[in-house]
Amino acid sequence: MKVVKTAAIAATLSLTAALSLGAQASTLQDVQARGELNCVVTTGVAGFAAPDENGRWEGFDVDLCRAVAAAVLGDAEKVKFIPTSAKTRFTILNSGEGDILFRNTTETMSRDVDLKLTFLPVNYYDGQGFLIRKELGITSAKDLDGASICIQTGTTTELNLADFFRTTGISYEPVAVETNEEGITNYSANRCDAYTTDASALASIRAALEDPSAHIILPEIISKEPLGGAVRQGDDQWADIGKWVVNAMINAEELGVTQANVAKLASKAGNNPSINRLLGTESNMGEMVGLDNAWAVRVIAAIGNYGESFDRHIGPNTPIGLSRGLNALWKDGGILYAAPIR
Amino acid sequence: MNEVALPQPQRNIVSRLWNDKETRQVIIQILAFVVIFAFFFIMVRNAITNLEAIGKDISMDFLSQPSNYDISQSLIEYSSRSTHLRAMTVGIINTLLVAVFGIALATVIGFLLGVCRLSKNWIVNKLAYVYIEYVRNVPVLLHILLVHGIIVNSLPTPKNAVVVNEVAFLTNRGFFIPSPDFQPLYWVVAALFVIGVIFSLRFRKYAQKVQDQTGKHYPVFWICFGAIVGVPFIMYFLLGSPIVWEIPELKGFNYSGGLVIRPEFIALWLALSIYTAAFIGEIVRAGISAVDWGQNEAAAALGVTRGRTLSLVVIPQALRIIIPPLTSQYLNLAKNSSLAIAIGYMDIVATIGGITLNQTGREMECMAIVLTLYLIFSLLISSGMNWYNNRIKLVER
Ligand SMILES: N[C@@H](CCC(=O)N[C@@H](CS)C(=O)NCC(=O)O)C(=O)O
Repeated sequence: MKVVKTAAIAATLSLTAALSLGAQASTLQDVQARGELNCVVTTGVAGFAAPDENGRWEGFDVDLCRAVAAAVLGDAEKVKFIPTSAKTRFTILNSGEGDILFRNTTETMSRDVDLKLTFLPVNYYDGQGFLIRKELGITSAKDLDGASICIQTGTTTELNLADFFRTTGISYEPVAVETNEEGITNYSANRCDAYTTDASALASIRAALEDPSAHIILPEIISKEPLGGAVRQGDDQWADIGKWVVNAMINAEELGVTQANVAKLASKAGNNPSINRLLGTESNMGEMVGLDNAWAVRVIAAIGNYGESFDRHIGPNTPIGLSRGLNALWKDGGILYAAPIR
Repeated sequence: MNEVALPQPQRNIVSRLWNDKETRQVIIQILAFVVIFAFFFIMVRNAITNLEAIGKDISMDFLSQPSNYDISQSLIEYSSRSTHLRAMTVGIINTLLVAVFGIALATVIGFLLGVCRLSKNWIVNKLAYVYIEYVRNVPVLLHILLVHGIIVNSLPTPKNAVVVNEVAFLTNRGFFIPSPDFQPLYWVVAALFVIGVIFSLRFRKYAQKVQDQTGKHYPVFWICFGAIVGVPFIMYFLLGSPIVWEIPELKGFNYSGGLVIRPEFIALWLALSIYTAAFIGEIVRAGISAVDWGQNEAAAALGVTRGRTLSLVVIPQALRIIIPPLTSQYLNLAKNSSLAIAIGYMDIVATIGGITLNQTGREMECMAIVLTLYLIFSLLISSGMNWYNNRIKLVER
């Protein structure tokens, strides 16, 4: 009878396993029960998300993962990073393996509607550029006729590239690979004349090349790449949490709340109601979204505000050296404009 | 007749069935089938329900939408305005291309290795041994990346191309070679070639018959060679070389015109061949060793030369042993070609199972298509090899 028993057990087990896969609990509860946030990031783009020499993940995108963990779990360190290629990121998010995605991902209509994602507010306004060798003496992307161009598959940039060359009526050879690393190998070996992707990522790639000064990023930007985080569609509460964590960081910069002064500002209600609402000394914004009212205090204490995170990882004083540009606050001439916390 | 009442053990029907060996086997098989079937049924149903839950349906409509991406190597007309179906076709052709070329090269290298492994020359023997042991023990993905890395890093850029005879150019962007442009008269040559092949097939049969009946021996090889190669060759020149060659030219960043063989193709092709050849080498060695040495001695006793002993006595028998495991190596090669995306060779997995899947988000549909395609390839290869195996099988009289 042993065989029958084993078979019966196997059948019941697979049945329950299969059924439990179908069950849909709230992501917030899942994450809190697990005590860890599964955050989908890149396999490595220095400045945005990459392990440092000690194996600790660091970067502008990584900060957002930690910010969400700080808000939801009370500890910015309770994050498990899931490195993904451009190709696998959405499958990993949609299958439930990841809870949230911060992976220099462009918001597009088809990703939002057809891939069933919900995008969080844009955290970096970007556009697609070209990285080329200075010695080629090229100044415009329109001079790239017949060039071999390195590109990563599964990206919006791959589609923009096809559109750009089609509309300008010039030819090129796409050299498409799956990971950024293989793309850089190809570019360094001169397999391609140019590497194309989001200009921000190009800055990061350029900084990592053997001699960055031998390469330039063409001033021409051929697309709009609003980069933002994303969650699975269908869990509004979870999407709200992601959305307001990002907004809180931007609002904090606008209100002058920094990592250094947040503890003091949060100790008691002050004169500025906007700061009070952000830091939970007034109203109960945190509770509305299923957290506690000190949620944003923890985020800012652990990560700092938007500008601090920017400067730390990709700003002018880092090897990546990006200026704020479009990503300056609206009152400083940029287009960063977060909905108010009220 | 007097029945002796044996004490019947009190057992119910279930345990009686269970104790019968044959019934038990049937029961186990039925149970196993039910469990496996139920498992897959639930998984599929689950996938569909989960997809429904997030509002995704299963549909193949995307195949007729424009793909919006470019593909570097395409043997058929293709642009980013073509459909996903067309992109898939490009992928299928690219997979077939690398599989067919890979199988051919792996077989040649493999047979050479097998023969070297049996060589009495110590150096040759050991070199083959080292090759096989090294290659077999390194994952095929590493071979692919290594060969690609070597090509891309060691060959020059187009501006410093290695020029062969002023017509072919070796660069790390690919090998640019002249492409033939066939003039109308060329088809006369092509027709002569086909006629030559048909003639040779007939002539061989005829020569065999004559030899069987009268013992007269024709120089079959040379006559066939003349018919297939010689006559068309002479005709080609008589007609004034009716092929115009288009020679690649350096324009801007790259060569244009002519034919280009991309480094990605070469890397994948070589890596798959080198890797699979190591396994084929061992299969060939085993196959030849398995033919009884007495067969050689018998042939020698009859005065058959060593070369003829090999081709008429040893190899035909060894092939019977070699073909079945060889088939599975061919299948492996075809399946391993799916690693193409690592270096950006646009095969099935990179097109329909990669970019299309990713840009349309149709995971289930694309993966189902990819699985079906590989299944079809594998079935085609095995049935081809089985056909060949049956043909060379020992015909019992
Ligand atoms: N923003 C584009 C491109 C994003 C993307 O994948 N960029 C590459 C270019 S560097 C990248 O981050 N690769 C890192 C990796 O593969 O881990 C998109 O969302 O499709």
